[in-house]
Amino acid sequence: MSTAHELVEMVARRSYGKLVALIAARTRDVSGAEDALADAFAIALAEWPASGLPANPEAWLLTVARRRSINVERHRQRGEAVADELQRLLPESPPSGIPDERLALLFACAHPAIDSSIRAPLMLQAVLGLDAARIASAFLVSPAAMSQRLVRAKSKIREAGIPFRIPEPEELPARVGAVLDAIYAAFAESWLDPNSSDGGLRDLTSEAIFLARVAADLLPEEAEALGLLALMLYSEARHPARRNGRGEYVPLDEQNASLWNREMIQEAEALLWRASKLSTVGRYQLEAALQSAHVSRLLSGNENWEAILSLYDALFALTGSPVVALNRAVTLARLHGPAIALAAVDEIASGSPLEQYQPYWAARADLLAKAERYAEAHHAYELAIGLERDPAVREFLQRKQQFSAKNAENSSVLGTDRE
Amino acid sequence: MEYLLLLHASENGWSQLTPEQQQQGVAAYTAYTEALKQAGIYKGSNRLASVSDATTVRLANGKTQVLDGPYADLKEQLAGYYLIDVADLDSAISWASRCPGASHGTIEVRPIYQYSRS
Repeated sequence: MSTAHELVEMVARRSYGKLVALIAARTRDVSGAEDALADAFAIALAEWPASGLPANPEAWLLTVARRRSINVERHRQRGEAVADELQRLLPESPPSGIPDERLALLFACAHPAIDSSIRAPLMLQAVLGLDAARIASAFLVSPAAMSQRLVRAKSKIREAGIPFRIPEPEELPARVGAVLDAIYAAFAESWLDPNSSDGGLRDLTSEAIFLARVAADLLPEEAEALGLLALMLYSEARHPARRNGRGEYVPLDEQNASLWNREMIQEAEALLWRASKLSTVGRYQLEAALQSAHVSRLLSGNENWEAILSLYDALFALTGSPVVALNRAVTLARLHGPAIALAAVDEIASGSPLEQYQPYWAARADLLAKAERYAEAHHAYELAIGLERDPAVREFLQRKQQFSAKNAENSSVLGTDRE
Repeated sequence: MEYLLLLHASENGWSQLTPEQQQQGVAAYTAYTEALKQAGIYKGSNRLASVSDATTVRLANGKTQVLDGPYADLKEQLAGYYLIDVADLDSAISWASRCPGASHGTIEVRPIYQYSRS
C-alpha cells in the first residue's frame, strides 16, 4: 500500500509535464501553471493521508490546480471576463483521461522566439519539474542566473503570445528540429563524440531520455525523433562499461561489451529500423547509425571502418560540424595511418573553435604519438588534460601521456644505438 | 572580466595521497595552467603554503594582535588561486569546472571588483 507521499511523488514524476502543459496551454502562463500545480501537490500532501487517495489523482490535482490558477487570474484581470474564463477552465466534471498536451508545451519551449540556449532548461523545468539549481549545475551556470533566465523565458512565452500548438506541416520539420536539438542539449551538454570522453559527469541523462521518449511517442512519424531516442539509448547502454572496478575511465574500444545494456541496444536498433522506413535522413539518425556501427564492430570483431567513414562523410555534408570532421579524421587514421589523419586534422583546426575542445587535443595527441612525433604529442596531451573536467578521464589522459613519453625514451635509445 | 578562482581543499586529504598520486595531482595543475595560457585568459596563479605556516594580524582595541594560524579554522583551507580574464561568469564557471581542484575540493568563483571610472 503506497502512502500519500509516495503517490504524490509518483504522480509528479509521471504526470507533472502533462498537468503543466494542460494548464498552461490555455493561459500560456507556464510559471503560473507551475505555481498552481505546486500548490495542488502541497494540498494533496496535506489532505490525502486523512481523506484517502482519490480514484483519479491526476484529475484531482488538475481540478485543484486549475482552481488555483483561476484565483490568480481573477486577481490579475478582475471583471466580467473572469466568468467566461471560469466556464472555459472548469469542466463540468473532471476528465477521466487527461489529454496529453505535452507536445504543444515542447513546441512552445523550443519556439524560435525563445533563445536557443534556454530551450533545454525550460523543457526540463516545465515538463519534468526540475528545480533551477539542479539544471544550473548540469549546464554549468550559476543557479541565480539560471532561475533568472528561466523566469525571463516564461514571461516571454506569456507576453509575446507564443502559441501552444503543433506547428503546421510546412513549418513542422524545422520546429521538430528545434525541439530535438534542445532535448539533445539536455542529454549531451558535453557529450559529442562516440570515440572520446562519453560519460562521466552528466547528470540529466535519464531526464533527457524521458523527454526523448515523450517526443518519439508523440511524433511517431518523425524519423529524427526516433533517431534521437535511438542515439541516446545506444550511448546510455554503454554507461555501465565506462568505468572499471577501480573507477578508471575505459575508452570505447576497451570496454567490456558484456556490461552493455542489451535491451537498450535492441530498442535502439528497432527505433533506427523504424526511422529508416520513414525515408527522411537526418543528423540524429546518422549519429545513431554510427553508434550502431561501432557497437556491431565491437561485438562482431569485424572492422567496418569504410562504412563508418561514409557515415561521417554523410554527417559532415549535413552539418558541416568541425567535431564531425575531427571524428572523420580519426577514422581516416584507422584506414590509412596517422600521417593522413594528421593532415586532415590540421586542415579542420585552422580557424575553428576546436582549440578549447578536449577531444580535439586528445585525438591529436593520439595521432602524433602514433606518428612518433612525441614532443608534440606531449604538448597536445597536456592541453587535453588541462581542458578535461572529469577526473577519471583526466587520469586516463595522463596515463596515455606517460605511455607516450616512455615510447619516446625507447625510440631515442634505439636511435642512439643505430648511430 | 577578471575572476579569481579560489581553491579550497582539505590539507589532510592531500597529505594522505601517495607520492605518485601527488605527482599526478601536480601534473594535472600544470596541464590546467597550460590550457589557461593557451586560451589566452591566464592572468596569474599561486599555490599557498600550508595554513600551519599562516599568521593572522589585526588591530583590536588600538593594539596589534598577532596570532599563530589561519583566520578561520575550517575543514577546507584556501590552498591557491587562479586569476583569469574571461568574457562572463558562464565562461569563468566553465573554466572552474575544469580545474583539478574541483574534484578534490571546492572552487569559489569571485569577480574582481570593478571600480567605476568617474
